[in-house]
Amino acid sequence: MIGFDFEYYRPKTLAEAVNFYHMLKERGKRPVYYSGGTELITMARLNQVIFGSVIDIKGIPDTWIYGYSEQDLIIGSSISLTDLEEDRDFPLLSQTAGRVADRTSRNKITIGGNICGKIIYREAVLPFLLADSRVLIAGRNGSRIVPISNIFEQEVQLAEDEWIVQFLTDRSILSLPFFTVKKRKLDVIDYPLLTLAAIKKDEHIRVAVSGLCAFPFRSEAIETILNNRSMPKELRIKEAVDRLPAPVLNDWIASAEYRRFVFQNTLMEMFTALEGDEK
Amino acid sequence: MYNIGRSMIRKDAIEKVTGTAKYTADLITADSLHAKLVTSPFAHALVKKIDISAASRITGVQAILTGKEAHTLTGEQIKDRPILAVDRVRYNGEPVAVVIADTLAIAKRAADLIKVSYTPLPVVHSPSQAYQEDAPLVHENLGQYEKIADVYPIPGTNICNVTKIRKGNMEQGWNASAVTAETKISFPPSDHCAIETRSVSAEVLPDGHIIIYSSSQVPFTIKKLFNNIFGIDQGRMTVHTPLVGGAYGGKSAVQLEFIAYLASRAVGGQKVQLTNSREEDFITSPVHIGLDAWVKLGADKNGILQAAEMIFLFDGGAYSDKAVDMSRAAATNCTGPYHIDNVRCDSLCLYTNHPYATSFRGFSHPELTLAIERTLEVLAEKLAMDPVELRGKNAIRPGNTSPTQVVLNESKIGNTRKCIERVAELIDWDEGDRIEVSPHVIRAKGISCFWKNSNIDTNAGSGAILTFNADGTVNLNCGVIEIGTGSRSVLAQIAAERLKIDAQQVFIKMDIDTSVTPEHWKTVASRGLWMAGRAVLAACDDAVCQLKDTASQALRVPREDLDISGGYVFVKNEPKRRLAFKELAYGYVYPNGNAVGGQVIGRGYYTLTGMTFLDPETGKGVPGPDWTVGAQAVEVEWNACDFTYRILRAATVIDAGTIINPELARGQVRGGMHMGLSFASREGFVFDKNGVVLNNQFRTYKVLRYGENPHYTVDFVVTPSRETAYGLRGIGEHAVIGMPAALANSLSRAAGVPLNQLPLTPELIWRAKSGDQV
Amino acid sequence: MSMKYNRIPVTLKVNRQTKNADIRTADTLLDVLRENFGLTGSKPGCLNGDCGSCTVLIDGCPMKSCIMLGLEAAGREIVTVEGLRGSPVQRAFIENNAFQCGYCTPGFIMNIEGLIRKHPDADDAVIEEWLQSNICRCTSYQEIKAAVYAVLGKETREDHK
Repeated sequence: MIGFDFEYYRPKTLAEAVNFYHMLKERGKRPVYYSGGTELITMARLNQVIFGSVIDIKGIPDTWIYGYSEQDLIIGSSISLTDLEEDRDFPLLSQTAGRVADRTSRNKITIGGNICGKIIYREAVLPFLLADSRVLIAGRNGSRIVPISNIFEQEVQLAEDEWIVQFLTDRSILSLPFFTVKKRKLDVIDYPLLTLAAIKKDEHIRVAVSGLCAFPFRSEAIETILNNRSMPKELRIKEAVDRLPAPVLNDWIASAEYRRFVFQNTLMEMFTALEGDEK
Repeated sequence: MYNIGRSMIRKDAIEKVTGTAKYTADLITADSLHAKLVTSPFAHALVKKIDISAASRITGVQAILTGKEAHTLTGEQIKDRPILAVDRVRYNGEPVAVVIADTLAIAKRAADLIKVSYTPLPVVHSPSQAYQEDAPLVHENLGQYEKIADVYPIPGTNICNVTKIRKGNMEQGWNASAVTAETKISFPPSDHCAIETRSVSAEVLPDGHIIIYSSSQVPFTIKKLFNNIFGIDQGRMTVHTPLVGGAYGGKSAVQLEFIAYLASRAVGGQKVQLTNSREEDFITSPVHIGLDAWVKLGADKNGILQAAEMIFLFDGGAYSDKAVDMSRAAATNCTGPYHIDNVRCDSLCLYTNHPYATSFRGFSHPELTLAIERTLEVLAEKLAMDPVELRGKNAIRPGNTSPTQVVLNESKIGNTRKCIERVAELIDWDEGDRIEVSPHVIRAKGISCFWKNSNIDTNAGSGAILTFNADGTVNLNCGVIEIGTGSRSVLAQIAAERLKIDAQQVFIKMDIDTSVTPEHWKTVASRGLWMAGRAVLAACDDAVCQLKDTASQALRVPREDLDISGGYVFVKNEPKRRLAFKELAYGYVYPNGNAVGGQVIGRGYYTLTGMTFLDPETGKGVPGPDWTVGAQAVEVEWNACDFTYRILRAATVIDAGTIINPELARGQVRGGMHMGLSFASREGFVFDKNGVVLNNQFRTYKVLRYGENPHYTVDFVVTPSRETAYGLRGIGEHAVIGMPAALANSLSRAAGVPLNQLPLTPELIWRAKSGDQV
Repeated sequence: MSMKYNRIPVTLKVNRQTKNADIRTADTLLDVLRENFGLTGSKPGCLNGDCGSCTVLIDGCPMKSCIMLGLEAAGREIVTVEGLRGSPVQRAFIENNAFQCGYCTPGFIMNIEGLIRKHPDADDAVIEEWLQSNICRCTSYQEIKAAVYAVLGKETREDHK
């Protein structure tokens, strides 16, 4: 039972959604954009978020687009993680998104919601970071398309009235060799100790990680070292651990030392998957 | 036989698969007000001020209670727990206030506006810490609390109960021991995790009659406690318990009932509904006990156990509730099902600033068994003896004595050795207990034995009433709660067997109404069928006697010449001369209209006999009527690279006596194994440095999910009890008991390092292998 | 569509019946089913999307009704456990003793209903993925597996008896 009340709006167009936002904000209604809603509902029940109104973007057709333009696979932000799991155009995304929460919850969780959520893992962003995807953003001045790296730094960085409508990913990326794994403490349904996703493009491995630090990241420094084939893999892995962008999480799910151990093992698994036994 | 040994479909099956089954929170009526708790964010703190002004101003709020209005002390053994905290909170999640409002949303909103100021106090984090002389005191006034006779708290300490076992002569025992082994084990409190959170409603009718609905294992106890605490006449109170959505011991504690009752009184007796959120159910209501234990065993060179010494420090949490009984129960069976002449055990229940503990399936036996069985593994290794052989050699038998010096016979103790032999077969022990499948993949097996007696009130009992419908079918009325075990269905089978009719002819409702249902002491301790089975038999015999009385008049033969079968009373010598139950159950009517006899009402009861309190110095005494014994095994596959593992299979062989309903019995055993493995592998509260619980949701407190389970195999040894209905034995709890130890033994063997803590996570194994202190 | 008031009328299609209710915008579908329609077969177990006891079918797809607003279900086909009558899944649950306390049972049954409609030939991996959304605390899952297999016409490993 959610203790507080809020108003509910279901716009039909991008512009209407943004207008609602400004109108509600002006009236002191503390609006939030609402997609799958699973996180907002569960956090609202515990007063971990409080809002005065929700703008449910699932009524906007642009958020439901799934398909190809000339060069890109376009994924609307209202697409559920289950749908992504089943539409295998982008297998790295299907598999990575397909391990969030549990199956029934994924029927409700949307790609936009997972990436824009407050829970720190946001695992579905990893494939887009690796693919240098772009996002279509709606805001006061209309829509704009920007590289995801411009708006995702630890979490989504947007003006308060802006929100992600679509993810655009270059087709050529979709079929690249990839590796993705979610390591958990023990349980099949759990937050990750770490989720690691990687693709290999032109003999260069790209790596993105969630759960290891307090935010998901793709790090140039780590990719540089991991691709330094003049060094043995073990050494590359060791140095990669030293170059993490933030302290390793040390919490009740696992200690930092153990997460580091798992991270190193996982990088070795990744090498085996993407490089075979080559040195 | 008609009905014994048949896997009949349980009588609540259709309602449960169609969603028509009603549980307490499903019965909310439009006239209910709703209550919401305010709970403590601190593990130990002084309550400086509670400001309810903002909350009271909300429209729809009808009343707010704090410790000022609800300070009465409660507790079944020691009255140490105020209904709502007064001046001080002792655990994270403790209720400090309750809001009663028109809707749950309003109650919640108001609860959020109640401002409580606290001054944090030093926190007692573990039973071992609580045991230290300089530990902060959780209860400074322990000496002044009212308590029952056979509980032994030590005022001025955190010890709320001491049970001592002194059997034989320890010096002799150690002298006779060529080999000794010592082990320390420890695990934190955890939770029952019934999927139905605890729920109650309370109402005070204009004539003063109190009506409680409660998802409880102990509706009759609720009545008694209300009488004891509030002085309410028991006749002026009715407790209803509909179907219960899982209990596992956790619903044998009485807590929310008191709050809901005071809440109802505060609003002029209106009905008030109070249901735990999952977060509250995890920590506000009582939990599964934690334990720190030390065990030392000694054996001669042939592996015959000579001496056992142990110290159990149970984590009772902030209030004593049933934890004090659990610490006593652990002492009574401290050795596990092994014959040892010289035993010394100190079993202590400690107050800590953790959520308080209550009964959990197995009632301290899964806990003590981990300590014993881990030590036996070390002993086996030192003796270079096969662990199965060591257990078989020492398995307790008729003629031996228990730690409390009960002399055992076959009916009391069953056949542990046979269970060990059979479980070793089922798990293919002989093919090897540690197999390297590949350089990094190791399969290993672990074994454990268990036993358990009941440790309940010495005069606990059960009653049954049997009535007939005019068509000759039967209504059975008894007080065992349907918490999921299927016991009420099995009792109907027992009645049908005794009446020699088909079980379809016996009807039994699933809900309890304490005004009209004969008491069953508590639905705990695997004593449902054990005691109620006897009561049902007696009620059947009483009814048959009445049927025969009437038939003897109608047929003009002595009662002794009559027998029953298939719904008829017949003349033994001339079976064709017979009368149907329906012709007798409401009196027999002669062709001319005359009637003889009358409505048949069978009455039966059973009370435990021969139970005694324990001697406070030696522990000598009779804690329960018999033990159910068994042996369990687990096989794991462990990965030496990343320390992860899978549980491949688990087996239990239990001496269940006569099996009434094989499928339901197997279900109980499999479910118990499953719960034990879930507990051992992944459960347990995680506390921060201030004693705050970090995992109070299923998001963060993990239990086994579909497919994570191994394959379960169950087999039975049958040593019928001589005291029970058809020789059955209690089995509801037992399969939990050996599972944590069997899992720990298998993983310790796989990893080649002793694992003596729970939960058994890969990180724990990694730490142990990396040389950390585990 | 915009709704400015906290209590608003909504029309839902539940178990093939059209039902009207005045609900709070903040009410979850589970709140509406239980409190407005008295459909208490859907159980609150965690209200956090973790346990699956409140699972219903929305347009044939299992959804946890505790993490969906009532308003979001407008215009969609909702089936709760009360909407089933003698389905093969229900029968298989009875025949395989796939429940004890019965509290998680409606959620499991609805999830499996969704599963067999979408994957009538589901393999173990698919069954596991779907059923891991629900928690049962009484059974060992072996009984539930047997029930699912029975519905799908698969053989389960014989237990030692």
